[in-house]
Amino acid sequence: MTVSSTGAVALAPHRVGAMVLRYLYLLRSSWTRLLELIYWPAVQLFVWGFLQFYIAQNSGFFARATGVFIAAVLMWDMLFRGQLGFSVSFLEEMWSRNLANLMISPLRPVEFVSALMIMSLIRLAIGMVPVTLLAIIFFGFNLYGLGIALAAFFANLILTGWAVGIVVAGVLLRNGMGAESLAWTLMFVLMPLTCVYYPVSVLPHWLQFIAWALPPTYVFEGMRALIMEHIFRSDLMVEAFALNGLYFGLAAAAFLGLLNSARRAGSLLQSGE
Amino acid sequence: MCAFGKPMPMPEPAVTVDQLVKTYNATRAVEGISFALAAGSVTGLLGGNGAGKTTTIAMILGLVTPTSGTINVLGAEMPRQRYQVLHRVNFESPYMDMPHRLTVRQNLKVFGQLYAVEPLADRIDSLARELDLVEFLDRPVGKLSAGQKTRVALAKALINSPDLLLLDEPTASLDPDTADWVRERLERFREQRGATVLLASHNMAEVERLCERVIIMKRGRIEDDDTPQRLLIRYGRETLEDVFLDVARGRGQAREAAQ
Repeated sequence: MTVSSTGAVALAPHRVGAMVLRYLYLLRSSWTRLLELIYWPAVQLFVWGFLQFYIAQNSGFFARATGVFIAAVLMWDMLFRGQLGFSVSFLEEMWSRNLANLMISPLRPVEFVSALMIMSLIRLAIGMVPVTLLAIIFFGFNLYGLGIALAAFFANLILTGWAVGIVVAGVLLRNGMGAESLAWTLMFVLMPLTCVYYPVSVLPHWLQFIAWALPPTYVFEGMRALIMEHIFRSDLMVEAFALNGLYFGLAAAAFLGLLNSARRAGSLLQSGE
Repeated sequence: MCAFGKPMPMPEPAVTVDQLVKTYNATRAVEGISFALAAGSVTGLLGGNGAGKTTTIAMILGLVTPTSGTINVLGAEMPRQRYQVLHRVNFESPYMDMPHRLTVRQNLKVFGQLYAVEPLADRIDSLARELDLVEFLDRPVGKLSAGQKTRVALAKALINSPDLLLLDEPTASLDPDTADWVRERLERFREQRGATVLLASHNMAEVERLCERVIIMKRGRIEDDDTPQRLLIRYGRETLEDVFLDVARGRGQAREAAQ
């Protein structure tokens, strides 16, 4: 039996793979966990989809803008579920009191975060792919019809989701389970400001500055431009990427700072209820 | 001395702790302790609740950052160089858990992969035979009894055949039969591997049986540090528990002076 001395390797795929395996085992062990990934996005789809139908019957504007509400709810779910998938996977370690086991292993923070990002994508795929198919079946709305723009929208949304997830994970490490509610609620602070269901111009002038500081705002504005005016605003995507790069870097720095603070405070010894 | 009359170089200690201090807000959990663990030795860390045992072990592992002082583990400065040695270290404590929904095999597979153990399947099978886990391998950890979970935790702690094994009350809340079984397995591991072991415990019989040296802590300080046999002689006691009580109740120095 040998133990490979890959402890000094900066990013070891086998350690990332070990953590992904851990979360996949968990998902496989519980059909309720799998169902929960699909359930809430499906409920949201039906509520907003039928609302869109109703409004379109009474408004020529929305009759022309078919799918804008459905696209908005699907993309909001990508953002929210992307963050939640990251955060819930992290919380599994705290709920199971396994965090200290991981922290004394050769697993590096960048590997842990990488595994959480991969799981976020897997959980998102499990939840969202069936829901996008339901959107086609029930409402005739094909999200994939957005083409290459969807990739740009998705990439920007998931980067924001990961950045929020990384910060939440850091706060949990430092402050323990008392901060758990952040994982479920923090993203909703962004919801009114990122203009998911309405254009930025609806906001008061002073609030628009805050809105334009948030990458998802560019995505939702870009989505409306594509669906309603059939224009792909690549400039908005580039600006979103630049902001995401900045915030992601800040989130990573915050995570490392909070992890170091947790080590100084002894918080890693007390994780879990 | 070797054949040419030159002294043989002493092997480096596996762990060196020098003037270690840990303060949480206004509370000093560890106050300037120093010790070295010889490679291949088994040392007991005794002390009451709040003595600083768990904090000391946590600092050795890099889980907690010291306020001041230095720690060297297997040649690496902790916590700065932790990733150079963590693959050679492991830890077991009843206060840490493993994912309950994963089976024993799945848990060992995950941890084995984290420690880059090869060939992993063979190692898991071997550990399962040694620790009597074969019939539980495909059972979720959450469905095991306390004694069975302890064996699984021990399997995880031994998965990488660590050069340094730290144990925090490994037999806490176990029945005497299971506790004795665990001690026997630890003895066997140590004999086969020659690993360095640091064992924090309240169980005096366990410490007397397993440890060749005992460090007694009280309120963050090292009160005494000697072999079990010499402690018994110096304190004029028949059991390590009586020595511990003398130290805990401040009778230690008075008793030694009277001796």
